[in-house]
Amino acid sequence: MRRRGRAVMVAGTAVLLAGCQTAGLLTQGAAGLGVATGKLTPQQAEALTKTAEATGRALEKFTPEQEYYLGRAVVATVLTQYRPLEDRRLNEYVNLVGQTLAAFSDKPETFGGYHFLVLDTDEVNAIAAPGGLILVSRGLLECCPDEEALAAVLAHEIAHVQLEHGMKAIESSRWKSAGMTAALEAGKTLAGKELAEVLSTFEDCIQDITSRILNAGYARKQEYAADRAAVEILRRAGYDPRGLRTMLEEMAQRVKAADVRGFGKTHPHPSERLTELEPLLRLLPDEVVGRTERTARFRKQMVRR
Amino acid sequence: MRAVHAIVGILGAGLLAGPLCGWGAGERTMNVQVQKAELRASPSPLGAIVGSAGYGDTVHVLEEKGAWVNVVLSEGTATGWMHQSALTRQRIRLRAGEQEAEVRASSGEQALAGKGFNKDVEEAFKAKNRNANYAWVDQMVEFRVSPEQMRAFLQQGRLQGGQGGTP
Repeated sequence: MRRRGRAVMVAGTAVLLAGCQTAGLLTQGAAGLGVATGKLTPQQAEALTKTAEATGRALEKFTPEQEYYLGRAVVATVLTQYRPLEDRRLNEYVNLVGQTLAAFSDKPETFGGYHFLVLDTDEVNAIAAPGGLILVSRGLLECCPDEEALAAVLAHEIAHVQLEHGMKAIESSRWKSAGMTAALEAGKTLAGKELAEVLSTFEDCIQDITSRILNAGYARKQEYAADRAAVEILRRAGYDPRGLRTMLEEMAQRVKAADVRGFGKTHPHPSERLTELEPLLRLLPDEVVGRTERTARFRKQMVRR
Repeated sequence: MRAVHAIVGILGAGLLAGPLCGWGAGERTMNVQVQKAELRASPSPLGAIVGSAGYGDTVHVLEEKGAWVNVVLSEGTATGWMHQSALTRQRIRLRAGEQEAEVRASSGEQALAGKGFNKDVEEAFKAKNRNANYAWVDQMVEFRVSPEQMRAFLQQGRLQGGQGGTP
């Protein structure tokens, strides 16, 4: 995989921070909020959600097990460029926040579960690999003023997993390859030429996913969809989804300060995401309990470092 | 087992008659598509865990509630709720020698199998890409939050946890 400059990294970040599916889960966020605020009956919300699911059917050819092996390889590849932060307590804390949020997502169960790891870099970035392996940089943690903001970042990444954005980065031509044909044949043990072909396709898929998550970024509509799904995940867990606004405002400042050539052409600016998000945030109830307690434990974690 | 089928039959008939029989309703069985799926006492991420099922296990569907499916484990040993993301209607054919014999898919069902991108392919990938950092991937997946830890974390942070997921 090629090395990228810091500028690309920051650009990628804003994209990753943000998060495709069209109608599908976009509607779910709105449906849940509609119920919470009394604007939709539960029946109406359910009907909306079901329609959305039918419209946005995910890739059926990949099994959760295959997604799992792809995700592992993507992370193993990304970790050739980034060093994990060897801080057990901080990693455990991030996993507490992240795994708790994942339990409230629309896809709480993946083949191997959700797991989070902090990367020891000043760069501001977060990466969601298929199947639920999520990487978040120390630089990004340091941008978070409180647990609501951290939760917003993690919920956005969980939303990318839930919406299978990483898997959708796999080019359709991979399906026509000899390796994929061999892979989808009856479950015999692969060896020799067949194994080599499957391996080659596996590597191509990993390349597709890693280049998307590290370099190209997701499509604008995917990022918006992940933001909306994140709002719903946060709301269900009891976090204030406005933590996402806090993070996007922070990102807007950083994007302004950094060299982000070409970013504006291909990726939504945090302020555009804020604009997209505002109508949804306005549906939220004003009061969210426990912020003080959560901010206190967040600061304790960060100060300790 | 017969008793289980009887229950499935009675509840299944009720469900079919219901106005909201959607995803999976009326299906007699579904299959676990994740390594380990928790069985919960209530249809909520915070429901007490009353059992679990492994990859490829078949469960009998009793009822659905939102994203949750009330199931009986195939041995009839436990009943509880599983999230739909843990389940598939497709049959899962495990790799030769790992468990039960292959079951042919019928009526257009596609059989999933422990094939394609699997452990063997991962090993081949590792052998070819010596610098791929699987050591840290394996460490990362050891970060597991137990149900007790999650409950304590939610309580300490005064997270309502379940606003949208509880029954």
